[in-house]
Amino acid sequence: MHELLWLIPVLPLLGAAINGLLGWRFPKGLVTAVAIGAPLASLLLALGCLWEYAHGGCPGGVCVQTLYAWTAGDLSIPIAFQLDALSAVMLFIVTFVGFLIHVYSIGYMGHEEGYRRYFSYLNLFMAAMLLLVLGNNFLVMFFGWEGVGLCSYLLIGFYSDQPFPPYAGKKAFIVNRIGDFAFLIGMFALFAKFGTLNFKPIFDAVAKNPGLVGGQYALGLSFAGFVALCFFVGAMGKSAQIPLYVWLPDAMAGPTPVSALIHAATMVTAGVYMIARTNVIYQLAPGVSQFVAVIGAVTAIFAASIGMAQNDIKKVLAYSTVSQLGYMFLAAGLGAYSAAIFHLGTHAFFKALLFLGSGSVIHAMGGEQDMQRMGGLGKHLPQTSKLFWIGCLAIAGIPPLAGFFSKDEILHAAAANGQWALYLVGLITAVMTSFYMFRAYYMTFAGRFRGTHEQEHHLHESPPVMTVPLWILAAGAVLAGFAGVPKLLSFGRDLNWFHRFLEPVIAHPHGLGTDEHGLSVGLEIFLVLLAIAAAFGGLFAARALYGRDAGIEKERAWTGRFPAVYRVLANKYYVDEIYDRLIVKPLAWISWLFWKGVDTFLIDTLIVNGGAAATELTGDVGRFTTTGNVRNYALYFFLGVILLFWWIAFR
Amino acid sequence: METLIFFLFAALALGSAIVVVVHKSPVYSTLSLVLTLFSTAVLFVLLGAPFLGALQVLVYAGAIVVLFLFVIMLLNIQTEESAHGAGAQRWVALLGAVILFGMLGLGFWRGGFAQVSPLTAESVSLKALATELFSRYLLPFEIVGLLLLVAVIGATVAARRPGGTNTDETDEIALGEEPAP
Amino acid sequence: MTSVPISWYLLLAAALFVVGTLGALTRRNGISIFLSIEVMLNAANLTLVAYARQLDQRTGQLLVFFVIAVAAAEAAVGLALFIAVFRQRRTIDVNRLNLMRW
Repeated sequence: MHELLWLIPVLPLLGAAINGLLGWRFPKGLVTAVAIGAPLASLLLALGCLWEYAHGGCPGGVCVQTLYAWTAGDLSIPIAFQLDALSAVMLFIVTFVGFLIHVYSIGYMGHEEGYRRYFSYLNLFMAAMLLLVLGNNFLVMFFGWEGVGLCSYLLIGFYSDQPFPPYAGKKAFIVNRIGDFAFLIGMFALFAKFGTLNFKPIFDAVAKNPGLVGGQYALGLSFAGFVALCFFVGAMGKSAQIPLYVWLPDAMAGPTPVSALIHAATMVTAGVYMIARTNVIYQLAPGVSQFVAVIGAVTAIFAASIGMAQNDIKKVLAYSTVSQLGYMFLAAGLGAYSAAIFHLGTHAFFKALLFLGSGSVIHAMGGEQDMQRMGGLGKHLPQTSKLFWIGCLAIAGIPPLAGFFSKDEILHAAAANGQWALYLVGLITAVMTSFYMFRAYYMTFAGRFRGTHEQEHHLHESPPVMTVPLWILAAGAVLAGFAGVPKLLSFGRDLNWFHRFLEPVIAHPHGLGTDEHGLSVGLEIFLVLLAIAAAFGGLFAARALYGRDAGIEKERAWTGRFPAVYRVLANKYYVDEIYDRLIVKPLAWISWLFWKGVDTFLIDTLIVNGGAAATELTGDVGRFTTTGNVRNYALYFFLGVILLFWWIAFR
Repeated sequence: METLIFFLFAALALGSAIVVVVHKSPVYSTLSLVLTLFSTAVLFVLLGAPFLGALQVLVYAGAIVVLFLFVIMLLNIQTEESAHGAGAQRWVALLGAVILFGMLGLGFWRGGFAQVSPLTAESVSLKALATELFSRYLLPFEIVGLLLLVAVIGATVAARRPGGTNTDETDEIALGEEPAP
Repeated sequence: MTSVPISWYLLLAAALFVVGTLGALTRRNGISIFLSIEVMLNAANLTLVAYARQLDQRTGQLLVFFVIAVAAAEAAVGLALFIAVFRQRRTIDVNRLNLMRW
């Protein structure tokens, strides 16, 4: 089965091409069939490959399939795919969640003009994301990396008739580009040192000889540190960490399923995957790893604080995503790579669930996204309400749902490494997470309806094509946690199956999963209870403020007491404005300068027009030599003779 | 003695050349040209080429100049109001001429004043000259003959009256009337 | 015996050549231009003979022989052309022969 590995990214690519190039002729049903068929086929193939892998189908834990060995002089980059533990996990997440979201989109985008275009882009995205996770060398991965960036741009700006979505798409792409640039530098450095970009040779060489990547290289860092930093900057862009996260909230301008798939479950997790993949290098760069952890933690709490003051339901989820990604990077920075991937997986399930649930709400509200105009939707949208509730439980970390296990593992990693500051940040963030999620729930589904009458009449539950995927995702959000039960809670048995599965790829984990580090059992139990308390604390606080029939009046009372704080949070710390003032405007000014000064004046006026004018002038002057008078011509002869004579005789 | 002859005829040559170039009447110019050619012929003799000197007088002065005179008479060319064209051409030409003379002079001057071997009877012998002409330079000789033939034909054709054969209508100009404006 | 240095002959030839050139470029009358050209040719002949004397070779003299022949041919054809032009344009003023003007 693993010979068909290459089909997994190629089938969605074909689907995108068919729908994109020929789809305008197809009836809607055919478009749908192609668009759903491709990811479904990929999913089935992926499951098949996983089954085979889990049963020892890949000797040495790695299957490599080379499609085409491309060489250009010294450079040899095969187009090859790799199936190992890490890519298997990512593969499953991407195809499974991706497929469900495709199905959901049939209902959500059913009435849209650009139905065919949407699915073409979505399939293209799947293809690129699969390339990213299946690639066996940095170049194929980067190809996918760029591809998902492109699709993100296309899909964010999907509603191109309005002014804001294309702007948001551009913003996403440009901010991503900054990260991509750093990523490229890292790749160049790796290639310069190792002469190849394939994972296996590089990682093997580094593992065997760590000193190879030591020593001073650049920016005061070792080689490993430099490369790690470059890649992390790339991850900052793609996975929306500080300071390159600003595109993600604006990316909500795209259709909601896009937000679910790309900006929650898959694309933004590419950075985490990348760090996990290159963990060999990060382990040899402790300074950079620490930096990663700190950035992750700061981003987590920063975004969570903003999320508490947002009224657009999708914005809440966007900042939530940034925050949860921060958790993942916190784990990765601490060396707990399997914990990071675990959280990635559980997050994919419950975030997609939450986003798609919000999609149902928006769909029911006829496009309204402002929670201040919602309320009491639990009556009208019973299924969505329950599903959203499940998602909130999961993300808040309330046991025994998935979020509890994965988040707890991360906090545990922080504590076990003695990084109590980071632990504290993570804990506070957990409180905030729980708070803002349940706030969103109560604002939307509880209390009395605060919208207009037409909106009220329009309210309806979503069709099964939308709710069934949600139930499946909810099941995942509930059950996925049990893949990684830590030892503490497993009554002595090692049930952390997930961690064991990833072990071959995550070499020498000095992170967690095992309880070898010196934390007493008592302390561990205390920390777990603390995490649970945090989750419930947030819930109760939200319930007090927004629950039952409280609506939003109580919030007003609180924000009235701290108006400045509220304003800062609601305006997202004015980061966008700051960037605009400091970076965007100066750049625009420089561009304007180049345009007017260099292009218009220098090149157009001076060189192009000037050249023409000079030629004209020469012609006007030179005209006078063609007198038609033979004597003048004889004179010219003579002058030429003089010149010639001088040349011959005296040179 | 030789020096005296040289300077005399050199001055004569130069002077008459200047007259050729300067005089308004073409007839006078032509006659002055004859004088130039004579002087140059003497100089040829001084340089040990008596045959060429004679040749020059016979062919050049005797035939070519006569041809010129015939044409001048035929076309009844009047004296010009001003011999030289107006305008900047004059001065540019003068400047160029001065420069050219300077360069040529410099070139010749650099050549140095080498001594030449005195003339012998052998070196001016006509027989030797003829031998070389008809042996080494036979081909050019024949070609020049051909050239002359071509020239004759060409001249005849070029100067024919338009319309081909001679007609009764005679050339007004031949009768010495004023040329039409 | 003191002979005249050949350089002087050459200088004289140069002077004659330049004089002829001036005439060729300056005069309005076509015939006069021809005459000036003859002066130039004469100067060239003088140069050739001078060098023949200097280098003690007869080649120079033979060249002069050919030059005279060619000059004769050229004068003949040139004058014939001149006549033809004159018939057409009724003038020998070179300035007026300007059909090549733009």
